[in-house]
Amino acid sequence: MNSQAQKKLGIVIAGSLNQGIQARLDNNVSVEEVTVGNLVTIQGKSRRFFGMINDISLEVTDAGILQSSSAAEDSFISEILSGTATYGAMQVAPYLTLGVDNSLTDGPQPVKSIPSHFSPVLLANEADIELVFGRESKENFSIGNPLDMEVKLCLDLPEFVRRSNGVFGKSGTGKTFLTRLLLVGILQSGAAVNLVFDMHNEYGWKGTREKASPVKGLKQLFPSLVSVFTLDEKNSIDRGVSTDFVVNIGYDEIKPEDISLLRQTLNLTDQAVSATYQLQKRYGNRWIEEAMKLEDNEESAEILNSLNIHDATFGNLKRGLRNICNLPFVKPQVKERAVEKVLEYLENGKHVVLEFGRFRDITTYILIANLLTRRIYERYQAKTERAMANDSAPPRPLVITIEEAHKFLNPGVASQTIFGTIAREMRKYNATLLVIDQRPSGIDEEVMSQLGTKITGLLDSERDIDAVLAGMSGKSALKSVLSKLSSRQQALIFGHAVPMPVAFRPRDYGTPESYKELGSLRNDVDDDGLEDLW
Amino acid sequence: MEGVNERLGEVIEASTGGFSAQCYKLYELPALGELVKCHYDETEILAVTCGGSTNSFEPGRRPIARGHDETSEDSLYQNNPQLNQLLRSEFGTVVVGFRQEGKYYHYLPSFPVRLHSFVYRCSDEEIIAFGESLEFLILLEGAQCEVPVEELIAACIRRMSVSNGPDSGFSVRAGKKLTEMYSGDYQRLRAILARLR
Repeated sequence: MNSQAQKKLGIVIAGSLNQGIQARLDNNVSVEEVTVGNLVTIQGKSRRFFGMINDISLEVTDAGILQSSSAAEDSFISEILSGTATYGAMQVAPYLTLGVDNSLTDGPQPVKSIPSHFSPVLLANEADIELVFGRESKENFSIGNPLDMEVKLCLDLPEFVRRSNGVFGKSGTGKTFLTRLLLVGILQSGAAVNLVFDMHNEYGWKGTREKASPVKGLKQLFPSLVSVFTLDEKNSIDRGVSTDFVVNIGYDEIKPEDISLLRQTLNLTDQAVSATYQLQKRYGNRWIEEAMKLEDNEESAEILNSLNIHDATFGNLKRGLRNICNLPFVKPQVKERAVEKVLEYLENGKHVVLEFGRFRDITTYILIANLLTRRIYERYQAKTERAMANDSAPPRPLVITIEEAHKFLNPGVASQTIFGTIAREMRKYNATLLVIDQRPSGIDEEVMSQLGTKITGLLDSERDIDAVLAGMSGKSALKSVLSKLSSRQQALIFGHAVPMPVAFRPRDYGTPESYKELGSLRNDVDDDGLEDLW
Repeated sequence: MEGVNERLGEVIEASTGGFSAQCYKLYELPALGELVKCHYDETEILAVTCGGSTNSFEPGRRPIARGHDETSEDSLYQNNPQLNQLLRSEFGTVVVGFRQEGKYYHYLPSFPVRLHSFVYRCSDEEIIAFGESLEFLILLEGAQCEVPVEELIAACIRRMSVSNGPDSGFSVRAGKKLTEMYSGDYQRLRAILARLR
């Protein structure tokens, strides 16, 4: 269709569906021009194939050439040999196929065959990218450009938020930038409401940049749609953030499940954890208050005895509980329940960013995130079930963003935390996770396999790469692309919401133009938007 | 055509794969690897010269040394005018294609040239046009001739390269064709490439 405008790279010479397709580079194409991660189309006899270059190699037809020095020393001989006896080759992983008439009715389909010998391999052009990834629209959010291309790469956000997703990459690869971009996209399109547990105060009001001035947070871009909650009012004021609500947690809101999750960070024994359940059984919601009252006296000893709790165990538990109760935002009594407030905002379509202020230690983060999310989960479950029973509209899709996800979703605790449950089954209840982590190998395999779409920056640990790519077809092909990403401004996206994996450069965030583009809501020009108005 | 092309000699031995010709004048041989042509009705048969020789007319009669008292080789021939009648120059060729109705074919014609056909030197234009395809190199590679095939191929490419001009890239193009032909035999390929300059 647009073969004139496309640059021909070479021809197919060998390959298999499993191992990928090998193509020989044309004489006029320098092997140095071709890069891993580039998207290509292959024009077969009856269909077109879309794929990604995942390896480049130098081939030689006769090993004798390598043993002779004449080719290296003589420019005339090396000119003759290049492209004939010595040539460049590339390995292409095919992902999608399209009938030769380019009928758009079916769209690109997953690949089940390979192109025939000598089919031309062309560099994908803008029309190809639009054909595969769609054009920018209300629901198709541009996340950047495919590597070495100017065309916009779009992500189908309603499809994206339907599953739990992950953003990975080692420290400094731009996870926070990517996440902020995704959150803006979700906000802009209205595909879901966000609840962000913002450990490092990066999303709400403003975010930091390495070696550059701070960037605007969500609230600055969408003041009417985003509300910032804080655990640390003083810190928020100091940073000049206008907050909508100060979160305080009452003793009675903390459940034994929350404590069991903190077992490791609070250094609790197994017995101490089971003691919390005994105490709750006895005192109900007031168990922490009562436990803190128990002193080193006879009366207390009797109570503990009746509950089968050993002195040393209780000592261990109490030390842990004291750590929690000493947190300034944990109070014996609170007037307004944070959970209710969060839910109220979310139900009204407001996006909530919870800033942790100075309380950046992992204990606080796990406690708060788990505690709030559990309640929200219960509410969403109930609402969805009611909606199904009444045949009414289900609650608004919710995306919960958590950082340092391996602390919640490691194999040891994934089965206990609410996040494990959400990742596995909450899709049915219209709530999904956006998991951000630098150590994906620390996340439970089962949870990883449930993540729909994964976006990953550079990872250099073999275990992390394996964990991220687990279960992907053509894993080794993606591995070579992933490990060759630049450490900044490049990422690989693959999974449920994209038709095929693609390496891309995230779009700009932080320039005045980018704020202008990102800050506008996308429902003013669209036909759907007009329909909504009527 | 006849007016443009220089006549070199006459066919004295012919087969489908090649022919031999005798020069009209002693020592006026075409160079090794030169493109020559003969006519066969409407067909032009093209061949590459694959070696020349000068012998006595009578096979049993060997030339004898005559220059003992001569001051130069030229004066030897001048003082022995019979030599021009007793000696003859011949050259062999390998047929590499033909031309019919203005189109060049780079494979063997159906018939050999006739004896006593006139042999002409091809013009630069004809060499350039014929050299657009290098398929004829396969015929040279299989030629049975007294000079080594590598020498013949290299000489032919050198000669055609001169007609094509130094900036035409003809040698490189021919080299690439040879690389295809000799894939798996780099030593021979290298030997030919080394003779292209």
